[in-house]
Amino acid sequence: MSLSPDDVKRIARLARIETSDAEAQATQAQLNTIFDLIAAMQAVDTRGIAPMAHAQEVFQRLRDDAVTETDRHAAFQAVAPAVENGLYLVPKVIE
Amino acid sequence: MKWETVIGLEVHTQLATRSKIFSGSSTAFGAAPNTQASAVDIALPGVLPVLNKGAVECAIKFGLAIGATLNRVNVFDRKNYFYPDLPKGYQISQLAKPIVEGGALKIVVPSTDSGQSEDKVVHLTRAHLEEDAGKSLHEDFHGMTGIDLNRAGTPLLEIVSEPEMRSSAEAVAYARALHTLVTWIGICDGNMQEGSFRVDANVSVRPVGQAEFGTRREIKNLNSFKFLQQAIDYEVHWQIETLEDGGRIEQATVLFDPDTGETRMMRSKEDAHDYRYFPDPDLLPVKLDEPWIEAVRAALPELPAAMQARFQNDYGVSVYDATVLTGSRALADYFEGVARACGQGKLAANWVMGELSAALNKAELDIAQSPVSATQLGTLIARIQDGTLSGKLAKQVFEGLWEGAGEVDAIIEARGLKQMSDTGELEKIVDEVLAANPKSVEEFRAGKEKAFNALVGQVMKASRGKANPAQVNELLKARLQ
Amino acid sequence: MSDARLSALAAQLAARQVSSRELAQQYLDRIATLNPTINAFITVDADKTLAEAAAADALIAAGNAGPLTGVPIAHKDIFCTDGWLTTCGSKMLHNFIAPYDAHVIQRFKAAGMPSLGKTNMDEFAMGSSNETSHFGPVKNPWNPAYVPGGSSGGAAACVAARMAPAATGTDTGGSIRQPAALCGITGLKPTYGLVSRYGMIAFASSLDQAGPMAPSAEDCALLLNVMTGFDPKDSTSLDREKEDYTRSLDQPLTGLRVGLPKEFFAEGLNNEVAAAVETAVAELKKLGATTVEISLANSKLAIPVYYVLAPAEASSNLSRFDGVRYGYRAPDYASLDDMYCKTRAQGFGAEVKRRILIGAYVLSHGYYDAYYLQAQKIRRLIADDFNEAFKTCDVILGPTAPGTAFKLGEKSDDPVEMYLNDLYTIPANLAGLPGMSLPCGFDAKGLPIGLQLVGDYFSEAKMLNVAHQYQRVTDWHIRAPEGLK
Repeated sequence: MSLSPDDVKRIARLARIETSDAEAQATQAQLNTIFDLIAAMQAVDTRGIAPMAHAQEVFQRLRDDAVTETDRHAAFQAVAPAVENGLYLVPKVIE
Repeated sequence: MKWETVIGLEVHTQLATRSKIFSGSSTAFGAAPNTQASAVDIALPGVLPVLNKGAVECAIKFGLAIGATLNRVNVFDRKNYFYPDLPKGYQISQLAKPIVEGGALKIVVPSTDSGQSEDKVVHLTRAHLEEDAGKSLHEDFHGMTGIDLNRAGTPLLEIVSEPEMRSSAEAVAYARALHTLVTWIGICDGNMQEGSFRVDANVSVRPVGQAEFGTRREIKNLNSFKFLQQAIDYEVHWQIETLEDGGRIEQATVLFDPDTGETRMMRSKEDAHDYRYFPDPDLLPVKLDEPWIEAVRAALPELPAAMQARFQNDYGVSVYDATVLTGSRALADYFEGVARACGQGKLAANWVMGELSAALNKAELDIAQSPVSATQLGTLIARIQDGTLSGKLAKQVFEGLWEGAGEVDAIIEARGLKQMSDTGELEKIVDEVLAANPKSVEEFRAGKEKAFNALVGQVMKASRGKANPAQVNELLKARLQ
Repeated sequence: MSDARLSALAAQLAARQVSSRELAQQYLDRIATLNPTINAFITVDADKTLAEAAAADALIAAGNAGPLTGVPIAHKDIFCTDGWLTTCGSKMLHNFIAPYDAHVIQRFKAAGMPSLGKTNMDEFAMGSSNETSHFGPVKNPWNPAYVPGGSSGGAAACVAARMAPAATGTDTGGSIRQPAALCGITGLKPTYGLVSRYGMIAFASSLDQAGPMAPSAEDCALLLNVMTGFDPKDSTSLDREKEDYTRSLDQPLTGLRVGLPKEFFAEGLNNEVAAAVETAVAELKKLGATTVEISLANSKLAIPVYYVLAPAEASSNLSRFDGVRYGYRAPDYASLDDMYCKTRAQGFGAEVKRRILIGAYVLSHGYYDAYYLQAQKIRRLIADDFNEAFKTCDVILGPTAPGTAFKLGEKSDDPVEMYLNDLYTIPANLAGLPGMSLPCGFDAKGLPIGLQLVGDYFSEAKMLNVAHQYQRVTDWHIRAPEGLK
């Protein structure tokens, strides 16, 4: 299989990474060499094999329902690009 | 052409936990912006989620309450999309293995024409745990939007119904029944103004008799039953009109504008959604073990459906009354308190749904805030039953109770509201009335039944309402024979 | 510093032959001299370091010192460190002063070990040469024309150049072991779940694991004692009883069964590396070990599987870098969407963007089963191969990397060529097994060669025992590059 420049533009859009047509062209070539590498996987018969999502076969530990956090918004917002009245500012959101 | 409406609801219920689903931040409503947004909630680099046991327990309660399958192993997935109120760029949710699957909810749909109500069972597809997003505040910050992440990470149970509702009335009845249930079992505070219970309605129409569904549009974020009804009614009307005009329905997400009563397409350009779900590698599969499930089951309160059946059996109330009385756990408990105190189920139902409800409505009070306790109302009804009070006097006593004038018997005593039991006194009044109204006596004797009622009224008036009407009837008849 | 073993430094501190401040200052001086050449550190803050050292001296004076109190350490810039610039090697976080400490940082602070600074790394730990860092490439101290490996290249280089006695690293597909091999030091990636990931900026969550990097196995054992431990803030952290990883260092290797995977000695392996590894095997045999040939048949699929799973997780993990709450925000944009797209296009480097795109693609509608799910299934096959192998051996041995360090720029235009560097290290990450690299020789160019050990789950103490015994009879790990200015 191989990706087209349109595929590259589509996934760059999904990933919110601005990509010019020229960049998409260059990226397409690189991604295709990587997908050629990945293609080795496709021939493997994995019927009946359970997917492995985690390194350990353990179950989720649960936290007691208790409030343990305090207000640290001043420290957190000290590194924010734009804040006002305790709010993070972003260009206008249109619903 | 005759059209059939098809509705399925997705309800987001905020779970009544103290802390968030994946962090130890408070979930309390109304705090100053971002003061309840921890490192995890604002998705600082490097932070990790840890699941709140309380949220899982809420989901177990719900699953048990609707007779659903609880998936003993369930999995959290990431739903990837960019939005400023979604700090991680993905929402942790459950897709392939939700905690709750199946189940059903009985609803009672009030019928508009006959006054007869109608029972229906709505099946649920699933209910899954996920995290709420933050809030975008659109008031003007120099043309910018402000983001408050206090709500981000609040636990949600998204409850998805099958598309089994066929009218806005059914949809509202289902939403109400669900609202009753989640508040009943204590997993949600049900506060719709604060967004604790938010409804998305998937609406489509199809020609009657057609098997396949029409194309649906999803109305997002309805936060009152009234808006739910209005939005669906508008949407159905719009879809039918569009189709009858030869148009097509495109699958879309729409918003309801309460000011215009119309639905409109969301303006934000939604690229063909591709959420790239995959199991969250930061969270492990969740295991529900049997002892836990059984402990939760044992702690569940009697559920609305069971209580409705019991009210009908034990107290002889109608299906409709039983449904109304189990509208909330507080109301049901109140009714039962009254019924037990007086031993008169039917009368208790009438008082709770009549006098009390009216007074509460007028004062804009909740049943939990009622100034009249269940025991007081029960005692009041008992005094009607033993003949101490007439219905009319009872209402006066009720007013006394409402004003906080004391206990039932004290009010009767203090205000002299006891029904006249002294026959001699009543006979005297009757004689005086007969003497003063010869015309009426004459008419009655001439065969005019109405004249009798006028005489009864005169006696009651003269007794200042304290005469027992039955006794008055008897005495008058005896005198006039 | 004649003897820079951590145990020796700790002994000198305990005997008050040197103070922590003096020790830290010596390393800071060396960093000041060498860093302009090696570029191993992104951030050095002498005041902070010396303040921490002074606090360590106070602990020692008060008799409250732990085994490594006062010994300084360098931290990979992937660990959030309260009050320190924490960049993850990216322009995206070029201005991010972390407001909290990673669990690993907390543990080293609690142990009284002052931080010498934050080490350079491939951007978001994506790379095998340290050339993807926004802060410039790290140079290999053995020859600055060569790469140090990656992604923990700054950590490996600073230890090799003796700019720090020890460093922390992280390893998603070989990022501790491969640079350790290329720089001639010892590095260990523990069993997944032993070291908390909290505060460690995520690359691929199901594979990432932090570990120690230092000259010797004994050093690594001491560091592992500090780093490991249950953390309730990481759901994948394992709640196990605390181990002393030094406990079996001195055990003899008699009867040790060393598994040699035939797939790791096949085509693609550089001859000099093969020869050095074989010599090391002979050395272990002299110490009483026996060898057994094993097969990890599916390990050849490790790279394809890894380049599906790691980018998939990364594409999602890196979505939080959106210019809203911290880090880089593009200076000019027309709308919210434009701000996202420009911020991410400008803030991420080419390799990171490439992996995000791969990840988004393999998870996207219609491709999930063929790529992501298939990769997860083969991941199990790879793990099963190891389980089978450990029925016949105690530890698996092979080369860490197919070759020695390569020249800067040599592979940076060919991602696939670069990816093949992690051929032998990735399988242990996929299985969640512990792996380590230790020096076992030099090639004709004088560049170090690394030997890899892969152990069964939780067998770190055994691996460290093997490595330590090997290091008692060899001196590769003691050698340091000369002539550095």
